[in-house]
Amino acid sequence: MGKIKEVVIISGKGGTGKTSVTASFAVLERENCIVADCDVDAADMHLLLKPDFRNKKDFYSGKEAVITPELCINCGKCEEVCRFDAIFQNEVSYYVDPLKCDGCKYCVYVCPVDAIEMKDRHSGYTYISTIKTGATMVHAELKIGSDNSGKLVAEVKDLAKKSAKMLKKEYIIVDGSPGVGCPVLSSLSGAKFVVFVTEPTVSGLHDLKRVYELVSKFKIKSGCIINKADLNRDMTEKIKEYLKAENIKLLATVPYSEYFKKSLREHKTIVEYEGDDEELQNIKLKIRNAWDKIKEVLK
Amino acid sequence: MKIAIASGKGGTGKTTLSVNLSVMISEKLNTEITLIDLDVEEPNSKLFIEAEKQKEEIVNVMVPRWDKDLCDNCGKCKNICEYNALVGLKNSVMIFPELCHNCYLCSDFCPQNALPMVPMKIGVITEYAKGKLKFAEGRLDVGIEQAVPMIKATKKYAQGDSFVIFDSPPGTAHPVIESVSGVDFVILVTEPSPFGFNDLKLAIETMRVLKKSFAVVINRANDEFKDINEYCEKEKIDIIAEIPDKKEIASMYSKGKLFYDEISVPLMKIYDYIKGKKWEK
Repeated sequence: MGKIKEVVIISGKGGTGKTSVTASFAVLERENCIVADCDVDAADMHLLLKPDFRNKKDFYSGKEAVITPELCINCGKCEEVCRFDAIFQNEVSYYVDPLKCDGCKYCVYVCPVDAIEMKDRHSGYTYISTIKTGATMVHAELKIGSDNSGKLVAEVKDLAKKSAKMLKKEYIIVDGSPGVGCPVLSSLSGAKFVVFVTEPTVSGLHDLKRVYELVSKFKIKSGCIINKADLNRDMTEKIKEYLKAENIKLLATVPYSEYFKKSLREHKTIVEYEGDDEELQNIKLKIRNAWDKIKEVLK
Repeated sequence: MKIAIASGKGGTGKTTLSVNLSVMISEKLNTEITLIDLDVEEPNSKLFIEAEKQKEEIVNVMVPRWDKDLCDNCGKCKNICEYNALVGLKNSVMIFPELCHNCYLCSDFCPQNALPMVPMKIGVITEYAKGKLKFAEGRLDVGIEQAVPMIKATKKYAQGDSFVIFDSPPGTAHPVIESVSGVDFVILVTEPSPFGFNDLKLAIETMRVLKKSFAVVINRANDEFKDINEYCEKEKIDIIAEIPDKKEIASMYSKGKLFYDEISVPLMKIYDYIKGKKWEK
């Protein structure tokens, strides 16, 4: 067996079909892959892949300041130095709003009576599960208001890599995070191939360009799936031109189809949805071909 | 009154609702309104609004710079940074500004003042105007990791304005919390699908933790998936309006066109709902 090949699917913009595509790839690859859901802010892939939520683990990231009210002398020095406006005074003492505290520890250093201590911040859970195809899936749950989902994403990726090594799997298929900031940076680390899922809308193209600006810095091979391609044919052409200019491989153009919604409502990926209809067969074939193209590039 | 339009899941129609509602209010109802795009990682509102640029402001955060000449290698800063943005070596100090959270700790603690705070650009805010609409967009530079300071700076553009809509980023983490902080009311936009429903529940939980009053708007409403309606009824959450699922709307959106005339009924429902609320002072 060769090296582990990590494929990360991202979109910049939400709602383009990223998770549906990722889950389809995972189903096509059956047991020969590890699946990772790095869209930890709004994790949805479990709805399609049905993991058993086994091996739940607490996830701690960073620290938060906690004031012991009995020790506080109400001098207010901590409030003065806090750049995150996280410290307030009540009738008894000063206290820290954990949703605002960034964990910089400045207050601890200035407190004259050592009334403040740093505690590990519980920011969510990770899971290593078995999904309906028998493959292993790593996923997570972010606690509300956690400072940085990037760290949880890094943890999910790390667990996925370890699982792939241990179970000797060739592929890691990653549902990436949205946006262009810290979480998506974390989901891209170590990727061998990046798939952009976009749609032919002004915002789809705008967000694709921004996220590609980020990906191009890492020099990772990339390909693109244009979903809902018939929604705006001019825009689809524009996206194709852009892909050509930037040397991004066009993996598939998939038409707008009710079958995506239908399969989703039954908690199935589109490649599992059964029916003889030509439209459905056509979409299934396109997605299968896209995955084959990716594997070909990674050979 | 300050309203945030948010959602757990991306792509449900936050921007669609924000821009169409704002422009309808300013143009059809001839009412002054401010729209602020806080989805700073992927700001899209401007794609739908033709408006004149008023001004541009560069947003900086303050990060430390090592002043070699002032440093006497006392080592006090060595392990002080919780973000590993500052690493003390034997005879020098290395700074990684992209990891810095701008807390000033290292700078203030340096006895020699050898770590002065200096500005680092993280993005640009652009302000536009179109009749009674004031519109500002925050745009984070690609590769900058910290969205929160950018959101904070962009929100300031609404200071003093009486009627404001914030187009918020997706998710449930710090950027969303910063976006809804201080607003009077949150509209959660969702779509009728298992994904939309799952993410709506996360968004509702977030609003409850933050003790925000909120209600729901269902975008791309259809008769095939009614779980959200049932859930909201059970939880006593108002569904203010449902925007119908039409391919023509999707097509206009794809071209960057506004379509408030096509959806004026649900938009007016939302407007009346906001207006009818008793705002706590």
